[in-house]
Amino acid sequence: MTMEENMGGSNGDRFPVGMRVLAVDDDPICLKVLENLLRKCQYEVITTNQAIKALKMLRENKNRYDMVISDVNMPDMDGFKLLELVGLEMDLPVIMLSAHSDTKLVMKGITHGACDYLLKPVRIEELKNIWQHVVRRKKPDSKDQITTPNQDKAWGGTGEVGQTSAYSSDQKGNKKRKDQSEDEEEEGEDNGHENEDPSNQKKPRVVWSVDLHRKFVAAVNHLGLDKAVPKKILDLMNVEGITRENVASHLQKYRLYLRRLSSVATRQANMVAALGSKDPSYLRMGSLDGFGDFCTLPGPGRLSSASLSSYQSGGMFGRLNSSAALSLHGISSGVIQPGHSQTLKGSINDLGKIQPAVLPANQNQNGTLFPWIPTSTEINPLLQTKSINCYGENNHVNEPNVFGVTASFSDATVTVGSSSNSLSTASGNPLLLQASTQQLQHAGAFGNQPSLDVASLNQESINMSIRGSSNCIDHGRGSENWQGTVQSSNFPSNEAFGNEKLPKNNLQESVYWTNSQPDHTANKQWGDWRHNHDGNLNNSLCWVNSVSATGSMMDQTNAVSSKTIDVSLFGQLSGDSPFVVQHPKGEKSSFDTELRSSEDFPFERSKPLDSFSQNNYESLEDIMCSMIKLEQNNETVWMDGGFGCDAAYPLGSCI
Amino acid sequence: MDLVQLQRQLVDYKTSLYNEGFLDEQFTQLQELQDENNPDFVVEVVSLFFEDSERLLNELTKALEQQSVDFKRVDAHVHQLKGSSSSIGAQRVQKVCIAFRNYCEEQNIEGCVKCLQQVRHEYSLVKTKLESMFQLQQQILSAGGSIPM
Repeated sequence: MTMEENMGGSNGDRFPVGMRVLAVDDDPICLKVLENLLRKCQYEVITTNQAIKALKMLRENKNRYDMVISDVNMPDMDGFKLLELVGLEMDLPVIMLSAHSDTKLVMKGITHGACDYLLKPVRIEELKNIWQHVVRRKKPDSKDQITTPNQDKAWGGTGEVGQTSAYSSDQKGNKKRKDQSEDEEEEGEDNGHENEDPSNQKKPRVVWSVDLHRKFVAAVNHLGLDKAVPKKILDLMNVEGITRENVASHLQKYRLYLRRLSSVATRQANMVAALGSKDPSYLRMGSLDGFGDFCTLPGPGRLSSASLSSYQSGGMFGRLNSSAALSLHGISSGVIQPGHSQTLKGSINDLGKIQPAVLPANQNQNGTLFPWIPTSTEINPLLQTKSINCYGENNHVNEPNVFGVTASFSDATVTVGSSSNSLSTASGNPLLLQASTQQLQHAGAFGNQPSLDVASLNQESINMSIRGSSNCIDHGRGSENWQGTVQSSNFPSNEAFGNEKLPKNNLQESVYWTNSQPDHTANKQWGDWRHNHDGNLNNSLCWVNSVSATGSMMDQTNAVSSKTIDVSLFGQLSGDSPFVVQHPKGEKSSFDTELRSSEDFPFERSKPLDSFSQNNYESLEDIMCSMIKLEQNNETVWMDGGFGCDAAYPLGSCI
Repeated sequence: MDLVQLQRQLVDYKTSLYNEGFLDEQFTQLQELQDENNPDFVVEVVSLFFEDSERLLNELTKALEQQSVDFKRVDAHVHQLKGSSSSIGAQRVQKVCIAFRNYCEEQNIEGCVKCLQQVRHEYSLVKTKLESMFQLQQQILSAGGSIPM
């Protein structure tokens, strides 16, 4: 099976045979029984009865394991905390075990990003299928590629650098593993590989990791924004695996982002400062912003969605599954449990910083998308300012989502979650933002699995990708969740948003989405967004949630651009703390990686918005076109499916 | 007693344990996990269970003797006992643990003390029975026979 081919490493061709599991349980009997059950399933098992030791082992070599199974009640560390950390740092699937079947606990597990929750005594039948979670975490692309030999090869080949097994590398490389010290070459190669696949196959997205983006920005700055042309940038970057087209689309997004940032620069000056250093989201936002400005953008919704998506994936959430969750939380019901707050704190703080950046982005975007995008005021003071600013300017994209993400991070601001479902609307945004902060906190932790309860937040629409985040790491997850959530958010308040850009940020689309259209699946939202530029925030706004990435970035949302941008944005945003911006599924992968590595986005982050002011934005139209094109190409993360909303989604429905 | 008789006795004994609720399917699973690579698996796990349970029961006794009972701690111990007993299939012990936890939640000391007594009782019952079963098995093995599953 092609999939198996990808599994390299210890699995070889016989996956799930040989899958490497780390089992953690303080009860020696359960541990022994579990160990034997797993061995019976032909997995490789390492056990420990201490969570701390387990973490240490995981940190020593993330690639050594494919999955973690952990008990909930442990004396040295709460199982959920371990879950969060693993999700954030390692993006491994984690299965929770407990003798308790309390619904609340199960929910907690989900929100913290657990892949599954098993009850003791564990039966062998249940363990026989746990390998599916490992497979699921791989980029969605990879799954699609299973059937295509080329893709598989690409998968297998990519990400090999520094990875112990193709399988894990694929899994991780493309997903949010980017936070690890994998160099961007790897990602680039991954991307490159993917991009080189025959066009008849699904084009893999280029993941603009933090490192990659940093190189990009360095190249652009070196050339001068005015003179930066894709070819030269590509040469300067000297990274394998990315094509001129990748750079071109990214450049567009970046320009939009900058434009957006400049427009909100004044307002966001404070925020920017707050965001402090790495804030890749800025970059992203910029791009999004740019899009946001596309009044002319055909489908506002589109941009919004785009931006949203980008935010989600790229930004903050990418990293933090939990953050994503957080954002989502805020949105719908603040579902995201703060549980992860501990871990997230760090990230959130970082995010917080980013927020300012994000907001602006969001605002812009939101503006474009959602004219009504509520000022972020609701969400967070931080966000608000930003978003408001942005929005005022952009009428295009109302991507409220942007704030979602960003806001959340900063702890303070994004209450994304809090706003509760109305993300879309003014309240919505704040929600996102607010939620985001809180969520970010959580989100941080979330990483993988992000408990992104977002799904819960939104109700049906939320795809629960949020969860993904917690294990956020589960970036992939996150994004998925986000996506879902994004859609659902009912942005009823879209109108309300008016000028406020919904900080798409952090909340990742899902957050936003959740409010709006329950029936929209994450993907839809995107599409809706795009269409909804106009302010039907309801639809598109939902998007905003994901934007969380940096809020600001997302603002741009001008659907088209946003989409592509989002991808990048998110990635950028992620630079910051671990928060994983969960971008919509499609994006996730790209973002995740980016987010993960986001820590390295010194460029982006530290740059105040002002720096972005220099707008070298290309005309929105251009950007839009490129975005659209990008979408088509699946180059952007977005397109891949994360958003699903690709054009296909009728706006009307959203609204 | 000859081998066949021993084996029959073992089977009957095991069946009765299941019927009386001392053991459940989880125990069967454990036995299935035992193979040539893992010949003493069941005995090992069950011995572990005995050790751990005794420790937990002592902890529980101590905790409930306190002036002001720390129910969280009691609950944690009971939870663990519940988990381990369910892992090996000691069904009756597990059932008492469930009731025990309810009393903990209600912070009902009397109820807890009563449950503790019950748990101790069930535990010693199942311990005795399992030990007899292992003895039988050992006899069969010594006589050159194989354990009927």
